Amino acid sequence: MTENKQMAGLRTDLSLISEWIEPGSHILDLGCGDGTLLAYLQKHHQVTGYGLEIDDKKVAACIEKGVSVIQTDLNDSNKGLCDFCQNGFDYVVMTQTLQAMQRPDLLLMEMLRVGREGIVTFPNFGHLACRSQLFFKGTMPISNALPNPWYDTQNIRLCTLNDFENLCQAFGIKILQREVVDATHRNTFLMNLLPNLFGEIALYRFKKA
Amino acid sequence: MPDKIPSDSVGIVKPQWLHFDEPLTLDCGRTLPQYDIIYETYGELNENKSNALLICHALSGDHHAAGYHSMEDRKPGWWENYIGPGKPIDTNRFFIVSLNNLGGCKGSTGPTTTNPETGKPYGPDFPIVTVRDWVKSQKRLGEKLGIKKWAAVIGGSLGGMQALQWSIDYPDSLDHCVVIAAAPKLSAQNIAFNEVARQAIMNDPDFNAGHYYEKQVVPRLGLMLARMLGHITYLSDDMMRAKFGRELREGQLKFNYDVEFQVESYLRYQGQSFVGRFDANTYLLMTKALDYFDPASKHDHSLAKALAHVQAKFLIVSFTGDWRFSPSRSEEIVKALTDNNKTVAYAAVKADHGHDAFLLPIPYYLAVFSNYMRGINID
Repeated sequence: MTENKQMAGLRTDLSLISEWIEPGSHILDLGCGDGTLLAYLQKHHQVTGYGLEIDDKKVAACIEKGVSVIQTDLNDSNKGLCDFCQNGFDYVVMTQTLQAMQRPDLLLMEMLRVGREGIVTFPNFGHLACRSQLFFKGTMPISNALPNPWYDTQNIRLCTLNDFENLCQAFGIKILQREVVDATHRNTFLMNLLPNLFGEIALYRFKKA
Repeated sequence: MPDKIPSDSVGIVKPQWLHFDEPLTLDCGRTLPQYDIIYETYGELNENKSNALLICHALSGDHHAAGYHSMEDRKPGWWENYIGPGKPIDTNRFFIVSLNNLGGCKGSTGPTTTNPETGKPYGPDFPIVTVRDWVKSQKRLGEKLGIKKWAAVIGGSLGGMQALQWSIDYPDSLDHCVVIAAAPKLSAQNIAFNEVARQAIMNDPDFNAGHYYEKQVVPRLGLMLARMLGHITYLSDDMMRAKFGRELREGQLKFNYDVEFQVESYLRYQGQSFVGRFDANTYLLMTKALDYFDPASKHDHSLAKALAHVQAKFLIVSFTGDWRFSPSRSEEIVKALTDNNKTVAYAAVKADHGHDAFLLPIPYYLAVFSNYMRGINID
């Protein structure tokens, strides 16, 4: 992802997620990037907690912002979230990272082990732009939300809204809230009507059923 | 010797001494009736005395952490890469105190010091001091310097252990705690290496049960072996391969037991030069302090319980090529802190240099350290 698009993506998530999070909560942000969300929540919502990040530059950026970042590889099956105790957090947040995980299903369950509620955002692979590129051009889609070619992307577990909701049902996860937006943070009538077709980025808040 | 002092160095520095008359009761049950501490300071203490940093040294370190003692000095202080104007430990912002610990051999009271009761050097009779004892003596040093609260206590390796102990023993006396390339306690393997080093020293024919000063000898071979062994554990396999490979000093095998491989030559040099600047009794004592360090042991062997009342904010740094205190050892500290919802940032620096990486200028490590230190409020 280019830096610009990533920032735009993060801001889209940021204000919506911050509305969902109760002030004063203790949160864990998986793949916290440069710490923008946590720094914002710390400053404006008196939130405490940690960010997990693997990338050196992003970890250094978090530390510059005063974010409690822990450098770790979420894809390391020996580690994951096992260093965190059960129900230690009010929310476990994962923005635009689910699709880069080896086992999103296991990680979702881990999120709900260490946190009371989970919040994820991911690019919707069922979006019209994705479907039409596959259908008309017969190529893997490239869009605002998915800017990289198939051979050079960390996004190895792309899914649609329906896929995610089916997974939740199968694993006993109760969806509490859902929002769909485009890459510039807008939410239109069409998105609400047919979210899996018109929603570019999906946001979910969920807990154990 | 520097032709001229680099602009990002603290320049020429002078050690200072403080004498302490108040007896210090030690973990071993014995008491040091009086003692001296040698230390150096860099930068200026501000009016509020809120910008003071304490630097704790590692096994073979001392008070001389930065700058030069004279223009004839071959090398600057041991943490020159990190202490100086504009460096992560920025002398333009902070007032830095760096001491030689009790039991050391660089000016603070230790085995080489004359025991006032006998008129002879303490030698092996110097009590075995612990990390807790050091921290207690460091607290007194700070008080004498008028520092009630450190902006940060910082250390690498054994120095990191002291920083960690500070946060436990004096939770309201430091704002930040920086623990680099450390571990919450030694592993059996770590202790095993220390024991071999001690055996090498104690079995040297010149050791004389530690009373070698009177005989005007030093257990050279033992101390040299101990240092050679230690050095192997400070470097990584990758680093040794890159630095020496199987390179031969004279280009061909000689079929004898002289120095043939470059790595042998390097280790012998490290060992020999160490003998000239370090005391064998101090080495024994320092390795014991390492072995004994285990703050969790007083808290049902739970590090989380040991850290339950810390108030400092933490920066923890580990290095991937460090097998002496590997990243997973630092992560034990991180976990104990997050279990208590304490404020902590943790960076695992990719570096092949082994344990010694904490002394080297590695760009990511520099960035993390600088960013963290800039965030320390000294108003």
